[in-house]
Amino acid sequence: MNRRLPLLITILLFGYAFLYIPIVSLIVYSFNESRLVTVWGGFSTKWYGELLNNGPLLSAAWLSVRIAALTATLAVILGTLAALALVRFRRFRGRGSLEVMVTAPLVMPEVIIGLSLLLLFVAMETVIGWPAGRGMTTIVIAHTTFAMAYVTVVVQSRLAHMDLSLEEAALDLGARPIKVFFAITLPIIAPSLIAGWLLAFTLSLDDLVVASFVSGPGSTTLPMVVYSSVRLGVSPEINALATIIVGLVTLAVLIAGWVLWRQEKRNQLDAH
Amino acid sequence: MKLKQYLPPARNLIIAVPWFWLALFFLLPFLFVLKISLSEPILAQPPYLDLIREIEDGFVTIVVNFSNYQLLLEDSLYLSALLGSLKVATVSTLLCLLIGYPMAYAIARSPSHWRLPLLMLIILPFWTSFLIRIYAWIGILKGNGLLNNLLMGLGLIDSPLEIMHTPLAVYIGVVYNYLPFVVLPLYATLIRLDLTLLEAAADLGCRPWKQFLLITLPLSMPGVLAGAMLVFIPVMGEFVIPDLLGGPDTLMLGKLMWIEFFNNKDWPLASSLAALLLVALILPFVLLRHFERRAEEAAA
Repeated sequence: MNRRLPLLITILLFGYAFLYIPIVSLIVYSFNESRLVTVWGGFSTKWYGELLNNGPLLSAAWLSVRIAALTATLAVILGTLAALALVRFRRFRGRGSLEVMVTAPLVMPEVIIGLSLLLLFVAMETVIGWPAGRGMTTIVIAHTTFAMAYVTVVVQSRLAHMDLSLEEAALDLGARPIKVFFAITLPIIAPSLIAGWLLAFTLSLDDLVVASFVSGPGSTTLPMVVYSSVRLGVSPEINALATIIVGLVTLAVLIAGWVLWRQEKRNQLDAH
Repeated sequence: MKLKQYLPPARNLIIAVPWFWLALFFLLPFLFVLKISLSEPILAQPPYLDLIREIEDGFVTIVVNFSNYQLLLEDSLYLSALLGSLKVATVSTLLCLLIGYPMAYAIARSPSHWRLPLLMLIILPFWTSFLIRIYAWIGILKGNGLLNNLLMGLGLIDSPLEIMHTPLAVYIGVVYNYLPFVVLPLYATLIRLDLTLLEAAADLGCRPWKQFLLITLPLSMPGVLAGAMLVFIPVMGEFVIPDLLGGPDTLMLGKLMWIEFFNNKDWPLASSLAALLLVALILPFVLLRHFERRAEEAAA
């Protein structure tokens, strides 16, 4: 193995450079004085100031955060139910169709999800009068539909590797099933619920295509604002926005990594 | 499995709630795509004529209109968009595998306490905004962008390379964004690989590259195929990357559908393009399900 070590390290260095050079360049140029994104004009934080004064962008960001939080919560509930059904109940009517329906959104092109849901919403509005118009509600429904598939995958793997003896012990001692679920099952799968919530939140916050189809007038999300300003040309404010997002994500990942690391350490100590 | 014996009423609810949500908001919409793709475009709100029309009170008629599909067949634009999507999806899947396989291999063979941070570093860019990652590449690839400035500063080229708005830019964007989807399943299969097989082969005098070809590669095929499908299927309908990095000659189904819908307001034609794309994706999707099921069986 040792002979091949330099080769493996080189591969990893090149791979990670490819992944990170674009992100690092965004961060560096967000502090660039010059409006020309690629010409260095000295250090400045003025684009962050401009970002904070950009009203439409801020209100779009606020809308996106609310949509993402609602989506993530709904997706965790639905995704957990789907995962429970698939892991705990071996045979039931509709198992095959449920399996297909939770796998397909993972790979389904966004243009198809967006268009098909829009046509459904339009048809529903003419027949039953709901949803009246399109906006936040329709975006949340659309995002939940594809985000729950990701939650299902995450929760499913946790449930499949979970030790059932605790649940059985509680049931044998006479605890009611609903109590067993909330007192034992839920705490055990909690890390995967949090991971699924965060994943659904990010997916929703990041979605341009589906939201463009199912949004209405007055419900412009952050990616729509970013997309139109990117189409108009490269703008330094977007660099500043990107840097803030990268910072928040890195912070979240570091905290999550630290929590996981501590948990693992504690488990190791318990085991000894 | 004891819980289920105690939970018959809850059991039905646990199954029914996600099932009906997905049936209503994922499955049913496809029927509307089919329906609208068979209707006529009009200038109204919504911009299509319903298939079922009332002629006199009580009497209804169904008018089916195949002209959208006829147009897809007759106008070579749509065929070349289908071929363009297939080409971009195939080439970028291969590129992702060529780059992702060595990375997944290197991570799986690294010391165990390095693996989690290395995997986290693969996933981290995926958590930052997709649009912003594409936008970063615009700044690097454009005429007076970072790459050209660097190469000209080093004296390697005299005039800027034209990468933006070419197929090459689309490939770079796709590979950049879809790389984690290849690395993760590949890592999952490579980490489960039984290393004693390689040791046995080495003891019997098998050369390292032959060990790779005869043992590692065949055993990692489920990961290769799952990763390939996770890239190929969504890229077939990709819109943002060809729109922002590609040029006017980058024809892909997703982009064309977007244009028909948002620019030309032709909902029926956009729907028939969506139907075409769906049909093109059924085979790869069935393959993906097949490999997933095999992976599940292998894990169980």
